[in-house]
Amino acid sequence: MASHDSYTGRLPGLFASPDTSSFTEFLGAYSPELLPGGRTPPASRAGDDIPHGTTIVTVGFPGGVVMAGDRRATAGNVIAQRDIEKVFRADEFSAIAIAGTAGIGIEMVRLFQVELEHYEKREGRTLSVEGKANRLATMVRQNLGMAMQGLAVVPLFAGYDEERNEGRIFSYDPAGGRYEERDFHSIGSGSVFARGALKKLYRADLSAEDAALVCVQSLYDAADDDSATGGPDLTRRIFPVVASVTSDGYRRLGEDEVGALAQAVVDGRYDSPGGPTAPLR
Amino acid sequence: MPFYVSPEQQMKDKADYARKGIARGRSVVVLQYDDGILFVADNPSRALHKISEIYDRIAFAAVGKYNEFENLRLGGVRYADINGYQYDRRDVTARGLANVYAQSLGTIFTETAKPYEVELVVAEVGDDAETDQVYRLTFDGSVADEHGYVAMGGQAEAVAQSLKDGYREGAPLAEALRTAVRALEAQDSDRRLEATSLEVAVLDRNREHRLFKRLSAARIGDLLSAADGSAGSGGAADAAEGEGSKPEPKQKPESDED
Repeated sequence: MASHDSYTGRLPGLFASPDTSSFTEFLGAYSPELLPGGRTPPASRAGDDIPHGTTIVTVGFPGGVVMAGDRRATAGNVIAQRDIEKVFRADEFSAIAIAGTAGIGIEMVRLFQVELEHYEKREGRTLSVEGKANRLATMVRQNLGMAMQGLAVVPLFAGYDEERNEGRIFSYDPAGGRYEERDFHSIGSGSVFARGALKKLYRADLSAEDAALVCVQSLYDAADDDSATGGPDLTRRIFPVVASVTSDGYRRLGEDEVGALAQAVVDGRYDSPGGPTAPLR
Repeated sequence: MPFYVSPEQQMKDKADYARKGIARGRSVVVLQYDDGILFVADNPSRALHKISEIYDRIAFAAVGKYNEFENLRLGGVRYADINGYQYDRRDVTARGLANVYAQSLGTIFTETAKPYEVELVVAEVGDDAETDQVYRLTFDGSVADEHGYVAMGGQAEAVAQSLKDGYREGAPLAEALRTAVRALEAQDSDRRLEATSLEVAVLDRNREHRLFKRLSAARIGDLLSAADGSAGSGGAADAAEGEGSKPEPKQKPESDED
């Protein structure tokens, strides 16, 4: 650290550099090598042998939002990790999850978490939900060069809006496009299957617990049809990560809670392997 | 034309200047209680804080010139966040931060014409009272490792004397807050502090993740009346004694002004 404290003015670098409350901007001036966006993308396209995270789902309900992710990371045809975590607390009132190149995604999440907390501590207020979502868009866009070389990562962001008293969902494309989603959304390789399930299971008046159940059901459907998505592993007791964000803040559901949900979903599938059916008329 | 001023005299003048600036403001007290560390400032402003969060287990309290300690606070947040990002959240320590502040304040004091008129406390809450760390930093960059309680700014001596009389190790939050407020009231003989004119925060070791929490005016009021209630009904003997039956002697305020 001392090497950065080149004595130019009255105070060393920590105190003197650009007057910004953005951690990323400060990092760019102070230790640019730590900034993900500053790296040169590899000259040739990366292969399949770097772990990828897969399916994330999120469901809104009155007063909040639930987000869940399966636990599998794949490298080509190999299961690279069976208990990876891809859903994180972003700050007290928001959650973030990633799909795509796991290493880059996890780094992005860490930087985003510090970014939000740094702003909050310096300014004495939290960013608006839109402000957080926009900041994340910039970070995704900075990864575009990597994305073009096959190292894409796409986050899903969900926050509790204190002014509107509701959950809000934002999805992204690898170029940094930011889209607000209504009701529910899914990303990752199993997302098409998960979305089909979400569409049939979503109701506007879900309770928080039912919203979590919808997430686990849709992840089961994703794992059913997508080889890169892991289903609930009852033998090893590895279950999806499920988190809710409400006016009480971010809460990750306990292992026993998710275990009970997963057990109920799996039990139900013995009778009807396709899961709950929607009324035809 | 230019007079020769000896280095001793220069340093003394700077130190006197800084001390006077710090004594002009209102006091801040920091004290350990059973669940962590309590910070209380005589500060009616809701926006300009004297007490702030630095990191998960670390907080900052300051007296003196606002722009100067605010600059130090912002730098401290950067120090903590960059270290936590580079290494791990557990690798951010109050000791490291106190060293950075000591270096900066020391450099400013010796190398510039005008020293910072600030005094700081950097505190880190541990798993129990023995592992709590409280560092006091003065305008010249000296660091002191404190235990129990600290008073700084304004009539710091009078406040410290009141803390010395009223402080009890392992006190619950309400009692510790009452002790702190009574100490702050010792700044002036006729000063009475309402909940709305106090800035209060805690580092509570029983919280999760980020342990720093500001207390709302309503909560401060509740705690103070709880402390008064238990004292009135004859709870702790020492608390009841300080409650008004026997006003504690507050003397020698003139000795600390030079």
